[in-house]
Amino acid sequence: MKHEIIEKNIGLMIILIILTISGGFLVEVVPLFFLKQTNEPVEGLEPLSALELEGRDIYIREGCHVCHTQQIRPFRAETERYGHYSVAGEFVYDRPFLWGSKRTGPDLARVGGRYSDAWQRQHLFNPRSVVPESNMPAFPWLFENRVDHTETASKMETLQTLGVPYSDEQISNAAEQVKGKFEIEALVAYLQQLGTVISDKR
Amino acid sequence: MSTFWSIWISVIVLGTVFGCAWLLWATRKSQTTDVETDRTMGHSFDGIEEYDNPLPKWWFYLFMATCVFALGYLALYPGLGNYKGLLGWTSTNQWEAEVAAAEEKYGEIYAQYGNTPVPELATNEDALKIGQRLFANNCAVCHGSAARGQVGFPNLTDDDWLYGGTPDAILATLHNGRMGNMPAKGTMPSMTNEQVDQVVNYVLSFSGREKDAEAAKAGAQVFQQACVACHGPNAKGNQAMGAPNLTDNTWLYGSTYEWIKETVMNGRQNQMPAQAGRLTEDQIQILAAYVYSLSN
Repeated sequence: MKHEIIEKNIGLMIILIILTISGGFLVEVVPLFFLKQTNEPVEGLEPLSALELEGRDIYIREGCHVCHTQQIRPFRAETERYGHYSVAGEFVYDRPFLWGSKRTGPDLARVGGRYSDAWQRQHLFNPRSVVPESNMPAFPWLFENRVDHTETASKMETLQTLGVPYSDEQISNAAEQVKGKFEIEALVAYLQQLGTVISDKR
Repeated sequence: MSTFWSIWISVIVLGTVFGCAWLLWATRKSQTTDVETDRTMGHSFDGIEEYDNPLPKWWFYLFMATCVFALGYLALYPGLGNYKGLLGWTSTNQWEAEVAAAEEKYGEIYAQYGNTPVPELATNEDALKIGQRLFANNCAVCHGSAARGQVGFPNLTDDDWLYGGTPDAILATLHNGRMGNMPAKGTMPSMTNEQVDQVVNYVLSFSGREKDAEAAKAGAQVFQQACVACHGPNAKGNQAMGAPNLTDNTWLYGSTYEWIKETVMNGRQNQMPAQAGRLTEDQIQILAAYVYSLSN
């Protein structure tokens, strides 16, 4: 075959380009949608409660994932510091996942239960009051704003359509559970459950 | 992974590698002629012609080499579906090997320290160095890098202990954690605002700082009803419950009238998280020695 033939037949060229660049996607991404390891939750994994779900949205809104990852890689240096390495089954209900890509702050994949609620609140109110060296921003408004309870149920419904096993009862009680709660309560509830399903910390 | 996906991946991966190699090979232009006109594309615009030179050899062979490299890589590492690769590498066994290597290097040292009683270990400088690092990594976030604590998180360098400062008490605290829970208004939910003021004055009177002597006197009564269960009749605290001594000069949450009032009104909840399972037994022993050494 002559190069000329490809260059002068734009249709053929398109087909060859598509074939060439789709290889990676077809091999690395497509099978993941059908694999047990990536689709089945780890034992004991529960969908986030209404309050935790709202906390997760606050986590996203405040951009926590920009500075904190939620993925412990299988290196000793990481497992010694953060606990058991992350496994795919822990994230099957995460839509989208919040693995992040840069650690300005520490990884949070297993921060749940690591510090007390009181510490989390104080730290979020003013990080420097507990960790003088910290360069994390303070989030004092979380202590003044209430969670918007009007959207909680529809968020859960959407997740339900995507395959997260929420019961209808959970959805109908959702607004009730978050109504009047401060944003800080939701965020701390979310943080305190992170990574707690795999209790083997080592 | 099912056989289907294994085949799917293998076929596409190999197909792509061979396809790229074939495409490059089949469309290459080997030019041996020296005739100038044969080396152009054959079109001319305003007298400008385009050369049609073959790919530089170094580039061509480098591309071929990457295809060969890919095949070598796929033979050694798991890249083709369920095929495990000649090296048998996985990220998990790489991690296990790393951990095993560290265990071999440090295991003995840790085991030796782990079997040493805390007071003796607290005099071992090497152990304390490890302890300091463990502390910086795991404890300093609450207790501070100098272990002096802050509001709500106890100072570990002084001689005042909520749950006891004996080696056993420190070990128990590290292992199982502690739940600090002072209920709002103690054991007297019906406490009125006036009574709150009285009991706060009474607590302040232990250190001679009461604002209102009359109120302080009345507060003794309230204290008997609301506080003695944990803090004891002499307000000396109770280490079994982690109830602080109110008569000394150590305050976990501020010592002013306002702070104490806040504590009485709303109670205080905090928690020392359990470290068993998070750290090894040996590490906990070393940490206990480090903490013990701070005040002994």
